Amino acid sequence: MPLIKNARWIEDRYARIPDDAPVPDARALILSAGRLLAGARDILARRGPTGVIWPNDRDIGELVPYLDRLALIALVFPAFKDGRAYSQARALRERYGFRGELRATGDVLRDQFLFLHRAGFDAFEVRKPEDAKAFWDALQRYNVFYQPAADGAASALRRRLFPASTQNLAVTEPA
Amino acid sequence: MYIYDEFDRALLADRVAEFRDQIARRLSGALTEDEFKPLRLMNGVYLQLHAYMLRVAIPYGSLSSDQLRTLAHVARRYDRGYGHFTTRQNIQFNWIKLQDMPEVLATLAQSHLHAMQTSGNCIRNVTSDQWAGVAPDEVEDPRVYAEILRQHSTMHPEFSFLPRKFKIAVTAAAQDRAAIRIHDIGLRLHRNAAGEAGFEVVVGGGLGRTPFIGKTIKSFLHKRDLLSYVEAILRVYNLYGRRDNIYKARIKILVHDLGAEAFAAAVENEWRAIRDGALVLDDAVIADIASRFRYPEYDILPDESEALAAERSSDRAFDLWYANSVAPHRMPGYAIVTLSLKPVGAPPGDATAEQMDAIADLADRYSSREIRVGHEQNLVLPHVRQRDLPALFRALDAIGVATANVGLVSDIIACPGLDYCSLANARSIPIAQELTRRFRNLEAARDIGRLHINISGCINACGHHHVGHIGILGVEKNGEEFYQITLGGRADEQAGLGTLLGPAVPYEQVADVIEDVVSAYVALRARPDELFIDTVRRVGVEPFKERVYAAH
Repeated sequence: MPLIKNARWIEDRYARIPDDAPVPDARALILSAGRLLAGARDILARRGPTGVIWPNDRDIGELVPYLDRLALIALVFPAFKDGRAYSQARALRERYGFRGELRATGDVLRDQFLFLHRAGFDAFEVRKPEDAKAFWDALQRYNVFYQPAADGAASALRRRLFPASTQNLAVTEPA
Repeated sequence: MYIYDEFDRALLADRVAEFRDQIARRLSGALTEDEFKPLRLMNGVYLQLHAYMLRVAIPYGSLSSDQLRTLAHVARRYDRGYGHFTTRQNIQFNWIKLQDMPEVLATLAQSHLHAMQTSGNCIRNVTSDQWAGVAPDEVEDPRVYAEILRQHSTMHPEFSFLPRKFKIAVTAAAQDRAAIRIHDIGLRLHRNAAGEAGFEVVVGGGLGRTPFIGKTIKSFLHKRDLLSYVEAILRVYNLYGRRDNIYKARIKILVHDLGAEAFAAAVENEWRAIRDGALVLDDAVIADIASRFRYPEYDILPDESEALAAERSSDRAFDLWYANSVAPHRMPGYAIVTLSLKPVGAPPGDATAEQMDAIADLADRYSSREIRVGHEQNLVLPHVRQRDLPALFRALDAIGVATANVGLVSDIIACPGLDYCSLANARSIPIAQELTRRFRNLEAARDIGRLHINISGCINACGHHHVGHIGILGVEKNGEEFYQITLGGRADEQAGLGTLLGPAVPYEQVADVIEDVVSAYVALRARPDELFIDTVRRVGVEPFKERVYAAH
């Protein structure tokens, strides 16, 4: 499955391991919520970067004590129609100041890219390769946003008052 | 009228281009119908019984005459020559081809009209009082806040995949003409003891198979906090609203299950974290949006009561119409005129392309080029000089929109029903048509007084039957259409749900039963001016039941 980060198609350096498998010291890993919380102190003291895949029906606030040592949080879209993870993402970015990788997983489709980006996601596990190719176009589709969100773009309400406020899409076009 | 600027135009143009691309991908097979469905719904495109249906937003019910001409053009060019005004300030076209959709939306966009978020599990068209800005009883123009909410909710990155649809209505008047208590969020602009204007926030109203009247969770919200508080409500709903059962997914169920107090506490908690952030509506932002509304330059005119009295005494038809369809305006010498889209024997809320064009011309001549659409499926000319009323009446009468039945028994609200809708169990429109024939005598209707009949063709309640003074709900029993009748519902500031009259009746008996209900009211009312709704409240449904079922 294609992985897009910062608008580039990249290799996924993270591995996922079963909950009952031993946790290696140096590898980049994505663990389940239960596995992480059961041994957070030791796991987060490893040399390798740690990520967690967090369900969309569990309070994202539980992760707050660990955010500065988590390299990645993967949120889940069981179906594209289920939009709970948009709220989790905005809370992580805007309220809790999470700066690590925020990855959209599950039923991630082209027509959600812009919403996901605006909600604070910077990495996308994309189901269809042809959707991944359209990523940059999808992000460029709109130049006006009516509301502030996690991407830092100025809302039209503000831009009308302060014409100098510029877009800050926080993504640079791939070379 | 709100005047679009470069931002509004750019976003709409981008949206039309995006949907053009999505339709092309659907037609090429790159998108499955399941993947395409939420995309088309967010652009107002439904798949109905016979064809695709396009629902176009008329935000807070305001239309310019040029916009109405564009709707007429769409009806004529791409549909079968008419459109249907809905109970949520939208217009529906029932016969548009999918391949024509991009062109239709581009045409609409040129007139600053759109179909964004008129459907789907997102924040729907924000509605308001059709008399906003002209009603004598309002605090200030609620459309400014409705427009702020329209913009804020358009393509909201967090709230475009909610558990279910989400409807917001705003009023600023003492009399609630926007039915805010049957919306997911209802906002009532009013003044507190200190004289400041702010919002009462009502949450969790809605009809459908589990009807609820909304509950007030905040009695006074400062304007600066409008967006942050609404966002807090939506975030709690997005995270905790049920997604396992479509019939339990509306916010009303969450509010009911948690209890209004616990729900309010969860919202308050969320709101505290964001209220001083980027969503603060400072005075400059509100003033900027308000400055984009165009108001007529009113003349200084005297009230024309004497001239009108003379006209009324010499022309009985004008007198009936005036008494029924003309309402006081906040400016002296002006009037608000309601155009009935409920002529005898016709489907409620339909207007032909010719009527729309003619009404647009009349708005140019008599109403500062502006038209309003109300949730009762009638149109309004909001800025008419009183001295023009006789001429306007004759012009409206000539095109069939001057039936003097506004607010009366034949001013029926009905959903499209089984004639069009794939969800319906029973027909609505023919029931409405038959009732308008039974109650065609306007003198008699005037004697009956204010009486709202609402008809829904299924339990989804698009005709708002629960809050009709008389509610009629179509159900299916062993393959046949039956109708449940409720009495005593209302959607205004005293909103409440109707009470079931008795066993459901078959299609052929509905009109007879309604006639009997009305006769029972006339017999039961304490005085000739006791309204139907007040009689039901005073005596309950039992005396009605005895009289009606004794006859059948």
